[in-house]
Amino acid sequence: MSAESGNKGVGAKLLKQLDYSVLQQCMHCGMCLPTCPTYMETKRERNSPRGRIALMRAMADGEAPVTKSFADEMYYCLGCLACQTACPAGVNYVELFETSRAEVERSGVQPRGQRDFWRWLTLEVLFMHPQLLRAVGVMLRVYQRTGLQSLVRKLGLPKLMPGKLGALEPQTPTVADAFSDDLIDAVESPAEKPRYRVALLTGCVQDLVFSQINRDTADVLLANGCEVITPRNQYCCGSLHGHNGAPELAQELARRQLDMFDVESLDAIITNAGGCGSHLKHYGHLLHHDPVYGPRAAAWDRKVRDIHEWLVEIGIRKPVAEPATVDSTPVEVTYHESCHLCHGQKITSQPRAVLNVIPGLKVKELPESNWCCGSAGIYNITQPEQSAKLLERKLKNLESTGAGVVTTSNPGCHMQLAFGLKGKPGAKCHEVTQPVSLLAEAYRREGKGVREEG
Amino acid sequence: MVNACFKLDCLNSDATPWIAELVNLLGGDAVLSSDEDLVPYSFDGTAALKQRPACVVFPRSTEDVAACVKLARRYDVPVVTRGSGTGLSGGSVPLTGCLVLCLVKLDRILEVDPRNLTLRAECGVITKEIDDAASGHGLFYPPDPGSMKISTIGGNVAENSGGLRGLKYGVTRDYVMGMTVVLPDGEIAWLGNKCVKDVAGYSLKDLFIGSEGTLGIITEVLLKLLPKPAARRTMLAMYDSMEAAAETVSAIIAARIIPCTLEFLDRMTLGCVEDYAKIGLPTDVEALLLMETDGHPAAVEDEANRMMEIARQNGAREVKMAADEAEGARLAAARRNAFSALARVKPTTILEDVTVPRSELAAMVKFINETASKYRLLIGTFGHMGDGNLHPTFLTNEKDEEEMHRVELALGEIVEKTVSLGGTITGEHGVGLAKKGFLKQQFGRVSYDLLKLVKKALDPAGILNPGKIFD
Repeated sequence: MSAESGNKGVGAKLLKQLDYSVLQQCMHCGMCLPTCPTYMETKRERNSPRGRIALMRAMADGEAPVTKSFADEMYYCLGCLACQTACPAGVNYVELFETSRAEVERSGVQPRGQRDFWRWLTLEVLFMHPQLLRAVGVMLRVYQRTGLQSLVRKLGLPKLMPGKLGALEPQTPTVADAFSDDLIDAVESPAEKPRYRVALLTGCVQDLVFSQINRDTADVLLANGCEVITPRNQYCCGSLHGHNGAPELAQELARRQLDMFDVESLDAIITNAGGCGSHLKHYGHLLHHDPVYGPRAAAWDRKVRDIHEWLVEIGIRKPVAEPATVDSTPVEVTYHESCHLCHGQKITSQPRAVLNVIPGLKVKELPESNWCCGSAGIYNITQPEQSAKLLERKLKNLESTGAGVVTTSNPGCHMQLAFGLKGKPGAKCHEVTQPVSLLAEAYRREGKGVREEG
Repeated sequence: MVNACFKLDCLNSDATPWIAELVNLLGGDAVLSSDEDLVPYSFDGTAALKQRPACVVFPRSTEDVAACVKLARRYDVPVVTRGSGTGLSGGSVPLTGCLVLCLVKLDRILEVDPRNLTLRAECGVITKEIDDAASGHGLFYPPDPGSMKISTIGGNVAENSGGLRGLKYGVTRDYVMGMTVVLPDGEIAWLGNKCVKDVAGYSLKDLFIGSEGTLGIITEVLLKLLPKPAARRTMLAMYDSMEAAAETVSAIIAARIIPCTLEFLDRMTLGCVEDYAKIGLPTDVEALLLMETDGHPAAVEDEANRMMEIARQNGAREVKMAADEAEGARLAAARRNAFSALARVKPTTILEDVTVPRSELAAMVKFINETASKYRLLIGTFGHMGDGNLHPTFLTNEKDEEEMHRVELALGEIVEKTVSLGGTITGEHGVGLAKKGFLKQQFGRVSYDLLKLVKKALDPAGILNPGKIFD
């Protein structure tokens, strides 16, 4: 695995081109350390934000080469951005993180072969071509619905799969019965005269696995007086590419995304996935070198809103409580924060505000609610060991709340929590859902303001 | 793939036999010597100081530490001890090619003794966890350095750290009742006990408190705890001039009130802190005073009212009280991040720690401002006004040689003024490497030689943190 060239390393290029002041911003005070899940696990400086930044700076200064060991470090980092929240000096860690991963991929210190194949298949093929991705989704759906999957599992075939694939098989999410375009019309209008005109981003994993959450989001927007525009066959937002060292592909996807929307005509562009939102709000920076798309991207950034952020901004309409709800024992729910929603977008109070307007709920605060659950994009695939430790920590905290339902707002976290709870049949917490879904249900219960499903 | 980053990547044990011996002694996982591992251990929290060690080890017990020291002595390798590396004078910056003992894995709280109001802990326990553990028994550990969320108690004792409550509660030294210390020859000594009174022999533990890792390695501490105050009030006073804020502080002290905290922030610092914390601090005032009183509820109520009145009499534009304890805690937390927040302005932040007798505060603050304009420098000042401990912070760029020269000149003048006012070059950060050049100025020949005499008596081979405090 550790090829000779990888150990000796190659000179940095992207880190040298990076505005040096971004690196200099870190004054290594150490305030990030207690918030970094990898540092707290190992207590080793290289596994901390300031340690990683020191390595990046040494490379930018030409004092150290890019090595396989540095590559491992950058992929050991979750990219959870907890350090950005903790940093008093305002270090832009996400830019350093993405540049370093791009540097790693550019330098060729990573092993070739299988890794290249998977990167090509996911980053360059599937997540660049939405129709293809959905076609694969349909195939997976057939595999899961026909009983083929349970047969494969019973025969113990996953054990025969190469490398880590077999171990990952149980984590394969169940593909939804219908995708967003089947559930949501291109234009939907609220019962009364619309107050706002917004676009809805359907995402990729969200679309394949959690299309109902997209439907719920649309319902909630309608119930709050928004006309909802949902372009067909949407592209991946590119966060997967940005975070995994493929900036050119991320830029390409951003351009395609911009071409799909008439930004000027919209009051807001709504995202309901924490990870995507964090990336979507920085198209301006991603395309700042592009004379054509740069200005459009800047306008886009100003309109992108997380669903909770938008609801609080326009004032959420409180659902009317059913008489039955008023008397019955409230359902106890807790809230797990997606890293890129709370650290990447600094949205912390709004999802709680959404939960708090729903009748019949009692919101219990989750200890360490903003500590990564270990999903972290594809981290559960690339770093299963550390991911499992973080999941275990999260489940313990969930249990301590006594709540039966946990809510979150990111498909990665949602799947990770559902996977974790599946392994704990006796746990008090038995359901994972999202604040918008609970809100949509509450509106449905009052029987007005939302479109009938069908 | 994950395991790859936990193994030693390129340890060349043939070239360095002492590193190979350390691997035998502590196990491969506890010894780091690859480039990727050493670069992140080349610095602490101090600006512009960087030197790469040969090796970093993670002992897990006092005995491990003693064995490492003996080995280092045999090979004549200097030893630099480190906790979380948040020091602000370069005390834990390695010497090139040295052995770094990183003690963060000696991290157990060994005992809380509510009958004697003491707590015993290993040196690598995080300061805040000490206070949290005490809190579980209705007690508290008063010293609260800015980095308490990550600093280690061993590092606090070695640097004799201060904090925001120094005015009323004193500093780390006032809470150390005993310690286990590994001496430069590798012997292990226990100093102190749980007795409130103890005059048996020299107070040896006091020699090691604030010794910055030059005399011994503290591996365990016995700390004094206090009952948690029943009430606390936090207030803010806003001023149009820094001098008025300083006058308020003097007036409060003269009124025989000892608040637990009297912190100030100047306009520049306020802007940066608010930019980071976003808690609604005013950014259009010249100075802000953060005042806190704690104790019996009735006394707290009375003191809070009198302090607010004194602030108004001394020209405060506005005085207000924090709504509740949570808001007070948020304000104090924001203040703790003042130094790091100042890094938002310029690439390099050079933090000073000059301290003057409280009666000289207004004069010192005025002098710092004059020096800043004389040398055309940006200085943000904040600090512990109640105990005379100021933190003028130079906002500059280490890559700008011409400006760095002006910084040096200004620094020299500030130090000179401090000493002439009867102050000290460092109130709570230590001398380390950063303030080494100024120590002689403050000490005079006889006391300076005495320092060296002590070092020579305990560490004749000069193995522990050589070149720190003095050459």
